[in-house]
Amino acid sequence: MSVTSDDSTSWPLKGIWARALGMTAFGLATKAGANTSNGYNLPVGVTELSREMYGLHMEVFWICVGIAVVVFGAMIYSLVKFRHSKGAVPDTTMLHSTQVEIIWTLIPVIILVVMAIPAAKIILQMEDTRNSALSIRVTAYQWKWQYQYMDEAEGVGFFSTLARDSNFARQLHSGIDPKTVPNYLLDVDNPMVIPSGTKVRLLLTSQDVIHAWWVPDFGAKRSAIPGFVNELWFTVDPGKEGVYRGQCAALCGRDHGFMPVVVDVRTPQDFKKWIEAQKAAVKQAAAPANAAPANAAPPNDSARDAAPPPAAQVMPNHY
Amino acid sequence: MAQAHAEADTYYVPHSSPWPIYGSVTLFTLMSGAVATLDNWLPAWSLIPGFLMLVMLFILWFHTVIGENQKGMYNMAVDRSFRMGMMWFIFSEVMFFAAFFGALFYARNLSVPWLGGSGVKIFTRLLLWNNFDGSWPTNGPAALGPRANGSFETVPALGLPAVNTAILLSSSITITIAHHALIAGHRLQLKFFLALTFLLGFTFVYFQAMEYHEAYTELGLQLGTGIYGSTFFMLTGFHGMHVTLGAIMLTVIWFRVMKGHFSPERHFGFEAVAWYWHFVDVVWLGLFIFVYWL
Amino acid sequence: MANTETSDTAHHDEHHDGPATGIKRWLFATNHKDIGTMYLVFSLIMFFVGGAMAMVIRAELFQPGLQLVQPEFFNQMTTNHALVMIFGAVMPAFVGLANWMIPLQIGAPDMALPRMNNFSFWILPFAFTLLLGTFFVPGGAGAGGWTLYPPLSLQGGDSFPMMIFAIHMMGVSSIMGAINVIVTIMNMRAPGMNLLKMPLFCWSWLITAYLLIAVMPVLAGAVTMLLTDHFFKTSFFNAAGGGDPVMFEHIFWFFGHPEVYIMILPAFGIVSEILPTFSRKPLFGATSMIYAIASIAFLSFIVWGHHMFVDGMPLAAQVFYMMSTMLIAVPTGVKIFNWTATMWRGSLTFEPPMLFALSFLFLFTIGGFSGVMLALVPVDFQYNQTYFVVAHFHYVLVPGAVFAIMGAVYYWLPKWTGHMYDMRLAKAHFWLSTIFVNVLFFPQHFLGLAGMPRRIPDYAVQFTDWNMVSSIGGFGFGLSQILFVVVIIQCARGGKKATAEVWEGTHPTGLEWTLPSPAPYHSFTTAPDVK
Ligand code: HEA
Ligand code: HEA
Ligand code: CUA
Ligand SMILES: [Cu+2]
Repeated sequence: MSVTSDDSTSWPLKGIWARALGMTAFGLATKAGANTSNGYNLPVGVTELSREMYGLHMEVFWICVGIAVVVFGAMIYSLVKFRHSKGAVPDTTMLHSTQVEIIWTLIPVIILVVMAIPAAKIILQMEDTRNSALSIRVTAYQWKWQYQYMDEAEGVGFFSTLARDSNFARQLHSGIDPKTVPNYLLDVDNPMVIPSGTKVRLLLTSQDVIHAWWVPDFGAKRSAIPGFVNELWFTVDPGKEGVYRGQCAALCGRDHGFMPVVVDVRTPQDFKKWIEAQKAAVKQAAAPANAAPANAAPPNDSARDAAPPPAAQVMPNHY
Repeated sequence: MAQAHAEADTYYVPHSSPWPIYGSVTLFTLMSGAVATLDNWLPAWSLIPGFLMLVMLFILWFHTVIGENQKGMYNMAVDRSFRMGMMWFIFSEVMFFAAFFGALFYARNLSVPWLGGSGVKIFTRLLLWNNFDGSWPTNGPAALGPRANGSFETVPALGLPAVNTAILLSSSITITIAHHALIAGHRLQLKFFLALTFLLGFTFVYFQAMEYHEAYTELGLQLGTGIYGSTFFMLTGFHGMHVTLGAIMLTVIWFRVMKGHFSPERHFGFEAVAWYWHFVDVVWLGLFIFVYWL
Repeated sequence: MANTETSDTAHHDEHHDGPATGIKRWLFATNHKDIGTMYLVFSLIMFFVGGAMAMVIRAELFQPGLQLVQPEFFNQMTTNHALVMIFGAVMPAFVGLANWMIPLQIGAPDMALPRMNNFSFWILPFAFTLLLGTFFVPGGAGAGGWTLYPPLSLQGGDSFPMMIFAIHMMGVSSIMGAINVIVTIMNMRAPGMNLLKMPLFCWSWLITAYLLIAVMPVLAGAVTMLLTDHFFKTSFFNAAGGGDPVMFEHIFWFFGHPEVYIMILPAFGIVSEILPTFSRKPLFGATSMIYAIASIAFLSFIVWGHHMFVDGMPLAAQVFYMMSTMLIAVPTGVKIFNWTATMWRGSLTFEPPMLFALSFLFLFTIGGFSGVMLALVPVDFQYNQTYFVVAHFHYVLVPGAVFAIMGAVYYWLPKWTGHMYDMRLAKAHFWLSTIFVNVLFFPQHFLGLAGMPRRIPDYAVQFTDWNMVSSIGGFGFGLSQILFVVVIIQCARGGKKATAEVWEGTHPTGLEWTLPSPAPYHSFTTAPDVK
């Protein structure tokens, strides 16, 4: 299986697992949702990394299906062939055979090497956060995200929290049917805006507990660790502008399920315009609701005088 | 077949015993007391019942076992079981300390340098802890601790720690002498060197207490003094508890010797405690090297 | 063989061979069978408790929106479901089986340290009183996930120390249990029962016991650091003081990964007992099976990083953990292949134990495959913290560990009670369980791949269909388990007498089948000689 992004609905259905997967999932194949996943498989995504991850995923998946066919095949064969009821007589001399045991030790080793090499290649790529065009500082709180732009967009910054309608609907016994809420639980007040075709680097940290920033379509997931900064990069393909959605991917307390990640990808030109607008907004501190420059100020150096935001419980035992 | 023998030739299986269930209740009481204290449901005295029951547990359970032993109910197989049991118990203790040593190494070699911006974590320093260089010893970028200016001093290795090292090492020698004396049947020598051993042990604990007092009052070194204080006190603290326990067990063994227990061939109780003592000793060496010295 | 004289009577004034009467028999127990029974009953109860919590989870996830519980309570369910199932259901079940079977299989009179044996059991009910008690204190039970990651777990209310101390008690119990197993196997084998003649169940438990003694204290250390960080101002997991929250993850998973093999190695042992019996053919490559278990155990100490790829670790570490993790597939594969070879040219019959063992073979392997997929760093970035992981570990834990336990119960129950059980009911239990367990967990693969995070009480609408399927499977699976209890109770009450061999015509190997059914209260008071 080559590392390409062929449409996963058109697999040749072979193998027990594949058939189960293919058939049962068919009904959902049309449901496009929070991301471009077809509802039962990884999204191919819109970045080089996400595509390579998808490719590796499919490759490994088919390898496993292959092994399954062989192994399960042998099992099922003996279940059918060697039944006591069919008068099968046990061959009690069959105790062990060094050759076959060596063979079925080596074959898996080879298969694993085949999987590991492309994987290692992709890791090298993922970790290479050098020469990025735009850096955004992402700070996680219980339960919202803060985006502070750097580089040419220095000074622009805002919080991103669960959209209101979702927030009403998700209350216990709210009586609102989630299906009536557009992008239920996957919409925010202020999405993160980035240019397409640009290498964007996120500098992730947290003010309270561990969170994780994740957009499946970007193949981008990293933990936000309080007191440390993790790096993460992605380049959205030109022409793939649009809104992409993900969720916090690390249990972070009561509302872990309710702090979505939404990224609005625009053309570099549109992004420029947006930046200018934001800067202007920041200047005349008449901040419009969708771009509160709150906390845009550079961070403090020591936790001593870092006044944690209300929700935050960072280092509870020291103060 | 096993009937009228003095030295059992079958594996002794006690018929029924109240101590296990009593022990479980004890643990539960102790833990509940600890919870009640930590959650401020009750004042600290709520720990006392548990501790008393624990002391009783050891007395009662060991009394039974020693009694059975003196009655000659244990054959060599039982003896072997006890030995193996003790060894694996000590191994589990080793792994417990390993966790804290692991924390120390991780902090020294990874997290602290990272906070100082080394390696892949350069932005950790640039964005969060601008003025932190990530050197050891440290109480962290926020300079946590009792002193207003966030400073603290460490306990110099040459000083009490060195003395304590000498004490523990020599106590290890004295117990070995005592052991040989036991095997050779020199009871007097045995009594003397065993006594010497636990006296050295208690001296060690006393010095350790002095050291703690100084650290808390003069050096600004406390549990709350960042990662250094944490690793320092948790490692030396747990070790100190083990020394205290070991010294107490040695004392008990000493009284048993006085009562004429243990034969040159059969003295598992003595050996078990001796092993434990050597273990405590080895852990200390690790502490002295990695906590105080390097 | 049926020697009623017992060693202890030689020295005891109260002279009787049978069990003590009434409650004393259980409170003051020293008999490996009584203690084994208590372990098994306890674990069954805990399986229901943990399962009830799982039912709450599945019910809330039946459809999007919050219908039943508040998010905080949902997290408490998730957290305690896992703790109860792992430390209350699966591990005690294996210890119970060890208690019952190891002395029978190696020809010993009892476990080596009978009093400590009872101690390690009785700690558990108290430990779980403490753990489940957390639901009744201000702030409710722990809700930080069973992995207890700080700083989140440090936000716990009054329940926090209760949970920590409960875990300490479970640790003490497991360590004592493990020591007992090792000493029994090393010191109590009948003459002639050399290690290589020893049944694989004993072997798998011997190695498991080493794992337990090696990692349980590390867990104790980790939670102790949590405790001091929370109450005594230490900074192990606090960057401001020079610590690191990720350090906890390292220490926890150094325990955590071997822990998951602690939950599967005895299962391997059980399957290696059942398959040969009902294939009427000796286990294929018994020696390499032992080496396989040993190498899995060894590898399990150097792969823990695979739980933390997304937390940002150095590149070299990522590659190392990926490689070492994938390696585990090799010895595990050897086991799968040897089991298949055991059935090959055999003469198979399909009694309930065999059915569960076969189900194990297929479904554990599927769980293993998803495990290997998770081991690949780049794709783990997509899988991590999604339902794909949940699907993976339930496949290895439920149709893996739990099915093996059920198989073991169906295999040895007649030996314990002296009665055959209702085969038709047992088979019904098997088919319902096998079908529903797949309905329950297979769709979770899709959910995870489609992007549904784990540990969330509510989800985006495109995840609805598969969640409904999964929940239906969950309820079905849960209800099916009631049959299990019915079968056991019936069998304990009475039924067709079981012979010493129990499984007529299969000629099962192992000393346990030389004893009458039910096995006498005191197993081998005079050591059998093994030829
Ligand atoms: C019984 C318990 C059990 C077992 C046996 C396993 C077995 C394995 N597990 Fe699993 N695992 C868990 C319980 C278990 N796991 C749990 C509870 C978690 C989640 C913890 C949490 O976060 O809450 C977890 C999570 C987990 C992760 C972290 C995922 C994440 O959080 O992002 C990973 C990643 O590498 C992983 C890998 C593996 C691998 C490679 C195996 C291997 O041992 C599997 C080996 C078996 C096979 C491969 C099948 C048979 C082999 C063949 C037929 C040979 C040929 C095959 C090949 C060549 C591929 N597991
Ligand atoms: C051995 C371990 C084990 C076992 C046996 C199980 C068994 C089950 N598990 Fe669990 N599970 C874990 C270990 C285990 N699990 C772990 C480690 C986690 C991760 C926790 C974390 O994220 O921190 C987890 C998490 C987990 C989740 C994800 C929660 C989340 O991420 O928010 C879910 C969701 O479906 C789930 C479901 C189930 C179900 C339906 C069963 C079923 O097999 C249970 C079936 C049993 C019963 C149902 C009980 C018997 C019957 C009755 C009680 C009668 C009443 C029945 C009805 C009313 C129908 N488990
Ligand atoms: Cu933030 Cu989960
Ligand atoms: Cu693991």
